[in-house]
Amino acid sequence: MTDSRPVLTMTGISKSFPGVRALHNVDFRLFPGEVHALMGENGAGKSTLIKVLTGVYGIDAGTITLSGEQVAFSGPMQASAAGVSTVYQEVNLCPNLSVAENIFIGREPRRFGAVHWGEVRRRARQLLARLDLDIDVTAPVASYSLAVQQMVAIARAIDVQAQVLILDEPTSSLDAGEVAQLFRIMRQLRDEGIAILFVTHFLDQVYGIADRITVLRNGTLVGEYPTAELPQLALVEKMIGKELDVLEGIEEHSRRDLAALEDGTPFVEVSQLSRKGAVAPFSLTIHAGEVVGLAGLLGSGRTEVARLFFGADRADRGEVAVSGKPAGLRNPVQAIERGIGFCSENRRAEGIIPDLSVRENMILAMQASRGWLRPIPRRRQDELVEQYIKALSIRPANPDVPVRNLSGGNQQKVLLARWLITEPRLLILDEPTRGIDVGAKAEIQKLVAQLSDGGMAVLFISAELEEVLRLSHKVAVMRDREMVAQLSNDDTVDADRVMQTIASGTPREEATR
Amino acid sequence: MTSTSLTTGPSWARLPRRHVPVLVTLALLLVMYGIGVSQYRAFSNIQVIFNVFIDNGFLLVVAVGMTFVILTGGIDLSVGSVVAMTAMVSAWLLQSGLPTLLVLVIALLIGPTLGFLMGCAIHFFDLQPFIVTLAGMFFARGMCTFISDASIPITDGFWTTMSQYRIGDPRGNFVSASVLIAFAVVLVAAYVLAYTRLGRNVYAIGGNPQSALLMGLPVARTRIAVYTISGLCSAIGGILLSFYTLSGAPLIAVGMELDVIAAVVIGGTVLTGGSGYIFGTVLGVLVLGVIQTLITFDGGLSSWWTKIVIGGLLFAFILFQRLIGIRYK
Repeated sequence: MTDSRPVLTMTGISKSFPGVRALHNVDFRLFPGEVHALMGENGAGKSTLIKVLTGVYGIDAGTITLSGEQVAFSGPMQASAAGVSTVYQEVNLCPNLSVAENIFIGREPRRFGAVHWGEVRRRARQLLARLDLDIDVTAPVASYSLAVQQMVAIARAIDVQAQVLILDEPTSSLDAGEVAQLFRIMRQLRDEGIAILFVTHFLDQVYGIADRITVLRNGTLVGEYPTAELPQLALVEKMIGKELDVLEGIEEHSRRDLAALEDGTPFVEVSQLSRKGAVAPFSLTIHAGEVVGLAGLLGSGRTEVARLFFGADRADRGEVAVSGKPAGLRNPVQAIERGIGFCSENRRAEGIIPDLSVRENMILAMQASRGWLRPIPRRRQDELVEQYIKALSIRPANPDVPVRNLSGGNQQKVLLARWLITEPRLLILDEPTRGIDVGAKAEIQKLVAQLSDGGMAVLFISAELEEVLRLSHKVAVMRDREMVAQLSNDDTVDADRVMQTIASGTPREEATR
Repeated sequence: MTSTSLTTGPSWARLPRRHVPVLVTLALLLVMYGIGVSQYRAFSNIQVIFNVFIDNGFLLVVAVGMTFVILTGGIDLSVGSVVAMTAMVSAWLLQSGLPTLLVLVIALLIGPTLGFLMGCAIHFFDLQPFIVTLAGMFFARGMCTFISDASIPITDGFWTTMSQYRIGDPRGNFVSASVLIAFAVVLVAAYVLAYTRLGRNVYAIGGNPQSALLMGLPVARTRIAVYTISGLCSAIGGILLSFYTLSGAPLIAVGMELDVIAAVVIGGTVLTGGSGYIFGTVLGVLVLGVIQTLITFDGGLSSWWTKIVIGGLLFAFILFQRLIGIRYK
């Protein structure tokens, strides 16, 4: 906040999509030399505001002023030429091209009409040196980590004399060290007078770097606050618009006694199940009403275990028994027939069908389990869909909106509803809360607790240990594609202990293996 | 055409992965040539190589155009028919007495026009290149028979001159005019791909079209341009073929598009786009030509053996590309 005049002012911005009011009368200001966090739940309108600003969408009402002049960009290229550059969550670079070329493609320095490669490389090195990045600019971008790719994208963005740099969830795939490196660069750019608009789901990061915070909720402006004057708890309240009652609701969920739960025949019992190259042999039982958490690092084999349970991959060896009877889960159809549902971690690629409506997406799995020859009556569909939209508070509460127009958190809820409608006896949830905001996260956690109270077995996979520990009766720990321990979630188990198990890989004596 | 490697700088020491397929093709070519030389005395005559170029000059030009298309991740099935149509239209217009220059201009315009239209259909209506260019293939082939269902001879002075033109050394080795034209096309194409924005955009789109769009590159213009370039190359190829045969025949170059695709892929260009070089395509065409020559030299083998060997090679190459993992998507 070095300057008193904003470089960017958005006033009275409104934008609607068919069936969704994405932004309503939103004001936003950005000053030179500040990092400004744009906060809000999924579906609050953050992405829409950015896309409106960069000209991906037109606006229905309102004005955008950049450096005192009213602007309406026709697209990202025009916006970046005017000094408004964006770096997206998914790194948008061409993996086959070199680092240098990715920075300059579209505006390569030329000599006699030919691309001047020497100059391209020299300027790329110069630019990356400014970001303190010492890498081989002639190597393909694909040969570097996501973090480095992110930096390359930023280098591309700031090369065009950017006044405004928009970072749309740049940290979601970075580790702590990489985030620190990114922050250092952000501070440096801020000190050079660039205005940075920063979108993230991580509250700690906001307090680590942002000078001011603008909060959106349901497409409307809640307010603009200096970071120092807005405690974290107040921020969360402003984002979700509730007094945190949802979050507290979860804590009330009492852990039931594992011994009592595991009395009797397990719903699913697998022994020495394995698949070459995916998971080493493991045994696991899941009882009705039990939540089994699957903890472990990314790539430790969590998803692979889930896929074996659902028959999405075939096991090489091992036995599976459902309700005490041997069952070969060779494909998803057999798994669904036996009452197993699977919410994939990759909801875009493997779950949601973006062009179908909320209703159609929800009905899919139920229809599949009935067979295509027995259509579900429309009245029954309406009842079900209405019930679940309400139960999961899906916004907008309109069954006919294409799922594409919903935010990530709401898409996740639609996917959940799809499986809940089939009333599965075991629901496998693979990272159901990844990439969604704190409010929706709490709602989904609460729902899992309710489902298990109602007698449903749940296999819950998450990278967030707190979440796993809060919900699970039993935690299975994965390490290097091997199930190294199964811990009964009693008072002796906490995040540290699970972390130790992940790190050391030695099954403890208490492990019920 | 090591010029394209300038993007990665002088880095021969660590051998970038994307150069591997081209080098493998080069090694294959040298092995095949070695076999030829060791088996047949006459094979070592430099004229054997020249003849490969003379016989395949038009194929090389068309393959250059196809390389552009495949680099963006597309495919152009219309090339064989456009080659035939260009030759056919030239023969027909010459027969009807139009001036030579005008015939050349018209013949060279038809291919790019069709390519431009196909490119527009593919980009603006978001259609599969496979199906659009299949339609183009049927259309152009149909036009050939529409003009005449019999072969039309060419007696025009310019055509016969070009047909007989030879440039060679005192020992009697020579190349034809077609070879010089083909070389010129290769050099221009290699320059365009390595040193112009159009060329770099071609690679970018092949690498990740979504990113290319968000990076603000002219995706529409580039997509349409590659099909237009492929059409132009097919037209030049058609003219070269008519120099070679001095006629236009409705059923010539049937299935040629498949030879061309095979040559480009064997030359190391990845079918999903984003990786490959014109130099590789030249090698791919040479591999095809040397196989033909080897089988001709043998004398006892049926010419169908050419197809069998190409089939085997093509299969081996796509497997190989998958194995070394040149696939960025």
